[in-house]
Amino acid sequence: MDILSLFVIVPVLTVIALMFTKGQNNYRVVTAIGSGVQLIMAFNLLYQFLAIREAGNTDTMVFMQDYMWFKSMNIHYAIGVDGISVLMIMLTSIIVLAGTFISWKVDDLAKEFFIFLIILAAGVYGFFISIDLFTMFVFYEIAVIPMYLLIGLWGSGPREYSAMKLTLMLMGASALLLVAIFGLYFNSNVDGGALTFNIFEISQVNIPVEAQKLFFPLAFIGFAVIGALFPFHTWSPDGHASAPTAVSMLHAGVLMKLGGYGVFRIAMFLMPEGAHYWSEFFMILAVIGVAYGAIAAVSQTDLKYINAYSSVSHLGMVLLALLMMNEVAWRGAMLQSLSHGFITSLFFALIGIVYGRTHTRDIAKMGGLMTIMPIIGTLYVIAGMANLGLPGFSGFAAEMNIFVGAFQHPDMFHRIITIIAVSAIVTTAVYMLRLVGKIMMGPVMEEYKHLPAITWYEKAGTFVLVLFSMLIGIFPFFWSDIIDEAIKPFIQGILSV
Amino acid sequence: MILGVSIYEILTLSTIIFFIGVYGFVTRKNLIGMLMAVELILNSTALNFVAINKYLYPDLIEGGIFSLFIIAIAAAETALALAIIINLYRLVMSLNTDNLETMKN
Amino acid sequence: MDSSYTILILLIPIFTFFLLGFNFKRIKEPTSGIIGTALIGTTALISYFTAFQYFTGAMKGAIVDGVYQKVYTMNTVWIEFSDTLHIDMGILIDPITAMMLIVVPTISLMANMYSIGYMHGESGYTRFFAYLSLFTFSMLGLVLSTNIFMIYIFWEMVGVSSYLLIGYYYNKPSAVLAAKKAFIVTRFADFGFLMGILMLGYYGGSWDFKVLSDLGFIESLQQAYGAVFMGLSVITWALILIFMGGAGKSAMFPLHIWLPDAMEGPTPVSALIHAATMVVAGVFLVARLFGLFHFMDDGAALTVVAYVGALSTLFAAIIAFTQHDIKRVLAFSTMSQIGYMMLALGVSGYSGHDGLGFMASMFHLFTHAMFKALLFLGAGSIIHAVHSNYMQDMGGLRKYMPITHITFLIAALAISGVPPLAGFWSKDEILVAALHDNTLIFAVGYIVAGMTAFYMFRLYFRIFWWNEPNYKHTPHESTNTMTIPLIVLAVMTIVSGFIPFHNLVTADGAHIETHIDWATAGASVAVGLVGILIAMFMYKKENTISKRFRSGFGNFYEAAFAKFYIDELYMFVTKKIIFAKISAPSAWFDRNVVDASMNGVGNGTVWIAEKIKGLQSGKVQDYAMFFISGVVVIAMLFWFFI
Repeated sequence: MDILSLFVIVPVLTVIALMFTKGQNNYRVVTAIGSGVQLIMAFNLLYQFLAIREAGNTDTMVFMQDYMWFKSMNIHYAIGVDGISVLMIMLTSIIVLAGTFISWKVDDLAKEFFIFLIILAAGVYGFFISIDLFTMFVFYEIAVIPMYLLIGLWGSGPREYSAMKLTLMLMGASALLLVAIFGLYFNSNVDGGALTFNIFEISQVNIPVEAQKLFFPLAFIGFAVIGALFPFHTWSPDGHASAPTAVSMLHAGVLMKLGGYGVFRIAMFLMPEGAHYWSEFFMILAVIGVAYGAIAAVSQTDLKYINAYSSVSHLGMVLLALLMMNEVAWRGAMLQSLSHGFITSLFFALIGIVYGRTHTRDIAKMGGLMTIMPIIGTLYVIAGMANLGLPGFSGFAAEMNIFVGAFQHPDMFHRIITIIAVSAIVTTAVYMLRLVGKIMMGPVMEEYKHLPAITWYEKAGTFVLVLFSMLIGIFPFFWSDIIDEAIKPFIQGILSV
Repeated sequence: MILGVSIYEILTLSTIIFFIGVYGFVTRKNLIGMLMAVELILNSTALNFVAINKYLYPDLIEGGIFSLFIIAIAAAETALALAIIINLYRLVMSLNTDNLETMKN
Repeated sequence: MDSSYTILILLIPIFTFFLLGFNFKRIKEPTSGIIGTALIGTTALISYFTAFQYFTGAMKGAIVDGVYQKVYTMNTVWIEFSDTLHIDMGILIDPITAMMLIVVPTISLMANMYSIGYMHGESGYTRFFAYLSLFTFSMLGLVLSTNIFMIYIFWEMVGVSSYLLIGYYYNKPSAVLAAKKAFIVTRFADFGFLMGILMLGYYGGSWDFKVLSDLGFIESLQQAYGAVFMGLSVITWALILIFMGGAGKSAMFPLHIWLPDAMEGPTPVSALIHAATMVVAGVFLVARLFGLFHFMDDGAALTVVAYVGALSTLFAAIIAFTQHDIKRVLAFSTMSQIGYMMLALGVSGYSGHDGLGFMASMFHLFTHAMFKALLFLGAGSIIHAVHSNYMQDMGGLRKYMPITHITFLIAALAISGVPPLAGFWSKDEILVAALHDNTLIFAVGYIVAGMTAFYMFRLYFRIFWWNEPNYKHTPHESTNTMTIPLIVLAVMTIVSGFIPFHNLVTADGAHIETHIDWATAGASVAVGLVGILIAMFMYKKENTISKRFRSGFGNFYEAAFAKFYIDELYMFVTKKIIFAKISAPSAWFDRNVVDASMNGVGNGTVWIAEKIKGLQSGKVQDYAMFFISGVVVIAMLFWFFI
């Protein structure tokens, strides 16, 4: 079995194992083992990947495999990875493991909960390894559907409403995406040859400019909805607010990354002229998302809403950077995806931990928690600092790449967009400090005096996320090298337009 | 072939009967009424078959045979429908279609 | 000798931070204080050694032809954007860095040692020392930076350390607010700083200090970019934006509002961060880029620096007259003195005797760090004794706290410019430099010199003389760990004026000749003495003169006491405009317009479904009706169109 397909097979095996497991404690142990194996596989993959690059392999994609799936339509199960997919897989495996630890105390239908969680992960892994549009789409849907059940069954608050809204909006986006995929498919033989879903074969074809102008926005919006593009971000606050902790972590940490990744891998790579034609329009939407997400976060009172809007702001930055269309900005976009993955899932984990103790997410009702739970408080401050882009954490390296990349366009339009984007660093500081100040600092509240301290599994889940955020923040050159080299073949089409 | 009567008069008559049947089928609330309307539709069709056969292809007989079939089947259908209607009436004591929606729920 | 040992200057403090930070429950008082002090002491020794090596020329490449050079002891690429544009991590030693390598570890060591006693019994004892180490690391990183982006990185780090330390008493709402305010105001300034850096990178093409201070490079920039906006070139605008960052950290008007509130932090923190080191980062930054500031557009950006400095120094001195909280008086005094340094830089030329302002500014930075830290630590000692920050609760303390009294007096004399103490020498050089360049700025500097003497001695007499209030506990002198730093700093205050700065720290690295300009010196000493005498007359014994003065000035006094309502203005802008008029409506807009329209699509679908549901009635008659209607419509279509 090849090294990549294992990423789909191991989750499936975990699910099967879970089905035959009995006993509340065993479910989580099985899940933890399964996600642990995935983590080891992810690092093994990273190691193998670096080794193969070291050995002088300069192919765009490595570990490629290709199996025919539907002959009549030329659909393949085609897989392969480059540096970016490897890093994304690593991110996923870490967050899945952290999420498992954070969900240690899920008692209600625990078996089903973990099964859906693992299915979701399988979909995400599949998405990151696919290089065939159709396979990719299938995995995308596999990742989105369990979300409905996870929120609808294990969520809180108006969970059915949120689950429905989230799923419907993402499904609507998938519909647009599917149209775009078929648009690409039926234009893939304009130079002769067979119709194909393989992105590298399509990239060799000169898709007519008119078709690109038509299908680029469909593909872009199709992916950007899951990347919380303004004004299609509204599923995010409600969805995150209702979702259980691990689901929020996976969703914000990994699933929302599919958006930026898809735009990078498909929309812009396959339709460079379309990208140029539409870039300014979408750039305006993205920058509105950046500024507006941050501003809206300032006056929220629910912990999860604050974080959801913060995600809108940070992921707006990813889309903005992609639309800036140069190597530095793209590297920033990828780093930001990774960085946001670690930081925001850390945040959601901490919110879950705090909520599990105080049973409220209203920041006005909390205060002085630092005194009662010093480690959680410290982690919260660290997460806040990381989120507002403190050097030493991943957010800083990512944002600086984005800003420098954005600054390479000397015209007035891009300058204004850049200035608005940079100003978000101030707004982010405002809402992060307001949050930390309100709930962690201030006088100790009587009713919270006896809250329990952090447990070992919560520590395990959060420390690993902090660690990786710092690894990116302190050694950005290591990650940028991997990313740079993966971006090059993808940006050439864009740069040559 | 009836002297002084062209095919048009007969077709007009059958059309009128057909639409009376359709109107009756759509508007009648009573099952017996609907059944009668269906009979009218069938009869108008049978009439058409006979007339067209006679006027256009006088040396053939398929149209007449078809009419016979229609009459036979209509009779069978009426018998069956009446049986159902009687049973329904026993069950709900009404022949009004609005009262017969119990199966919908 | 290989100079790679300089990396230890950064590694030891960060190691201390992690050591104390990870074990903040296990390491107890006073072990953590001793560990912190010992390790920072080691750092200080290495720093002194580095500075010594550099100034004596023992370091490789330090002196070429009698001119001090910029030495990179190490430099590696951290993030690369293009061949010329990259963020590096490295260590740069040049005269101002070497000078800061004396200031920062010294004050940090003193603050650490002082805190062993001062923080006695606080619940977060170990945490405090961890933060202090983090700050020391960040500040040293800032001064050792080899490029402006690295400065920005450590700039943010000192901001965060400052946030953590101001908010040290995090259960106190006022401390939390102050910490937040400090961070956000400086962050806002950093927004300008970052934009400036980006502009400099894009148009200038490099962030490296060796490149940026190269005169040929500056000349080429001067040639390449003409005026774009308001008669200034894009590089000058970048410099002004960078100065905005510096003004934020250095509490220059109008970004000063965070500094007085920052006094909520423990007093050693005020001494270390908000008096001696972090707040002079802005001055350091301008000095770092002095070549660019001075030559681009004939020093247009430098003129901005000069006037902002002059305005701040006067503004802060006026407010300092009226404050009752002794730490706030010192905070405004700090702001005023930093304004002094800024204006000295602003009036300075580049080389030879014209470069006197630069040298004087650095000199003042050095001496000010010593005596202002001493004043703050003295204030801390007083606060420790009387448990209050307010002058009203003090008086007559000279009898109870002799060491504090003498050292405080030395510092007050030094800041008032009384010879032969440190402040006299540096202040005199500043006034000479200002007199050569700009009479208006000289006048401001001269007046402020007198005002400084007055408000410092108002403080001194009010604390140590006046009348004794009824002390609940008799005040007593502080413990040794607290008084030793006071004595050390007092000695430094006395001797640091004699350091031959003009041979060591200059804009172009070459020696300059200075001589005491007796006329200026005499005038400045005279105005200082006048200030001291007035203060003595008003505050030595309890009397009502100051009350009468206060009512004489009326509204002006009220305005100055309320810090000229700048805070209220900011509060109005942030709360009433940004929060109420932008943020809250955005959140509302998101829920009720954007989200509602998304929900509207969903609800619309449901509504349509409800409406057309009736078609599926299950009645054969209805279906027949539709069928017939359809046939009729199609028949019609055929009828009319075919």
